[in-house]
Amino acid sequence: MSTAELSAPALRASRRRYGEDVIKGLLALCALVSVATTVGIVVALLFPAIEFFREVSIVDFSTGKTWAPLFEPAQFGVLPLLAGTLVVTFWACLVAIPFGLGAAIYLSEYARPRTRAFLKPLLELLAGIPTVVFGYFALTFVTQLLRDIGIQIDIFNALSAGLVMGVMLMPTVASLSEDAMVAVPRELRDGAYALGSRKLQVSTRIVVPAAISGIVASFVLAISRAVGETMIVLIAAGQQPNLTFDPRRAMETMTAFIGATGNGDVPTGSIEYKTIFAVGLTLFVMTLVMNLFAIRLVRRFREVYE
Amino acid sequence: MRGGRRDVRGAIFRLALLASLGIAFVTLGALLVDVASKGFEFLDPFFFTHPPSTDPHQAGARPAILATLYLGVLLLLFTVPVGVGTAIYLEEYADKNRWYNRLLEVNIQNLAAVPSIVYGILGLAFIVRGLGLGRVVLAGALILTLLVLPTVIIAAREAIRAVPDSIRQAAFALGATRWQVISRQVLPAAIPGIATGSILALSRGIGETAPLIMIGALTYIAFDPTLLGPFSALPVQIYNWTSQPQEDFLKLAATGIIVLLGMLLTLNALAIWLRNRYQRQW
Repeated sequence: MSTAELSAPALRASRRRYGEDVIKGLLALCALVSVATTVGIVVALLFPAIEFFREVSIVDFSTGKTWAPLFEPAQFGVLPLLAGTLVVTFWACLVAIPFGLGAAIYLSEYARPRTRAFLKPLLELLAGIPTVVFGYFALTFVTQLLRDIGIQIDIFNALSAGLVMGVMLMPTVASLSEDAMVAVPRELRDGAYALGSRKLQVSTRIVVPAAISGIVASFVLAISRAVGETMIVLIAAGQQPNLTFDPRRAMETMTAFIGATGNGDVPTGSIEYKTIFAVGLTLFVMTLVMNLFAIRLVRRFREVYE
Repeated sequence: MRGGRRDVRGAIFRLALLASLGIAFVTLGALLVDVASKGFEFLDPFFFTHPPSTDPHQAGARPAILATLYLGVLLLLFTVPVGVGTAIYLEEYADKNRWYNRLLEVNIQNLAAVPSIVYGILGLAFIVRGLGLGRVVLAGALILTLLVLPTVIIAAREAIRAVPDSIRQAAFALGATRWQVISRQVLPAAIPGIATGSILALSRGIGETAPLIMIGALTYIAFDPTLLGPFSALPVQIYNWTSQPQEDFLKLAATGIIVLLGMLLTLNALAIWLRNRYQRQW
């Protein structure tokens, strides 16, 4: 990039090197794979979803209170799935956002370099555990634990799925928020200390507000990942589309529905097959909006401090 | 500098921050202890040499473990060239003021955050049914490739960006072409970072379950997988056992988790070792 301008435009190669052009073309082709992926996702979701909405009205889909695609007569109200997704996401964020932010403040403002060098890989370890393992843990350990302390919950329930998902998302919130806080210039902190502030005040009134766009981006990304997470809810939250906000009950999220229907042998072209794509499109659009918002916020904090 | 009286609120705040981290580590510890205690019983050579069975005492995970190894190898073969190629294009060739290059960048960042189950839908629609590949190992590897590609690209870009410009300029000054600069100066210097990122992406890929379920990896497989044959990967086998009602299958699932976490920890350790061994400060 900057090298291109620096390598003196007057000094041109004596002959055109076609090999160089071929290589550039091949590399651009690699980059096109990502574009093709996005186009593929949109096409894969959109066309079967359009066919679905020819058979089921979009109003019934988005306002119906019963989700029973396999029943006679079939009903395709997405609200129960949406409610399931919202409840699990809410409980996941209740854990991930405050504790993830707390962890980030500690790592960025309080921890000594050596403590930090020890704690960060441990958090990365947590981030590297497969979701199916968290699902197993939620079902066999956390549900039992919650029952032992006297909370009346179903075997499959949104609460333990949400709580475990919250812990799973903590590293996401912590590492992105910490990145944003570390990027806050030292002078801002020093200025506050010079005015007699304590560490608590510097952290909460200087560093957090200065890094707020990165912090909010980490929250949005965590919400997006909670909405899109499949295995934990498929294993631990159950597969019953109940329209309820009681986290102690079994629920089905959008992702769990897709997973549960996709693994069966649904005949191609049937209405059950098309529901996968209609729900998938809803999920994709929801996460896309959140992701783009987060990407924009991250770019903003990068522009300000880097 | 300390205030005259003890800072009680500060101390409480600090404690709350430590407690936040504590929650993460206590959960991690509980998870590991829980899985180890439940999965220990079935952890023996039999588990690695026998296929699954309806009798938990006769069940192993050999086909699933083999399939996961195949998936891992294919994943590396597919993602590394394409991922590094994209990273080189974006870092060394692309003009960032062009709208299409900026779009490319946002696109990759978004793809990194698309739910994995959506990749499963893509695979179901295009690779399994569209290409007519069927529910085979190769189809699974292709889907996982698309899934982890953004991670590899982002890691490779960072590694390439970390190579100082002075090295490029020195090579240009000696008359090297752009590709000579990249292939003989930039890439060799960036290889440790690229390798670390690729290994971490690999460990994310082989731990994925949801996209594989979508393409029908949730089946009973009693024989060793082949490239173009049906398969069930280790995480899918774990899910399968977890959804059985009998207690013994839950123990088998825990055994599977021990093996899976063992594989992932080995990969992570390798990545950390590579990073520490070869990372250079310019």
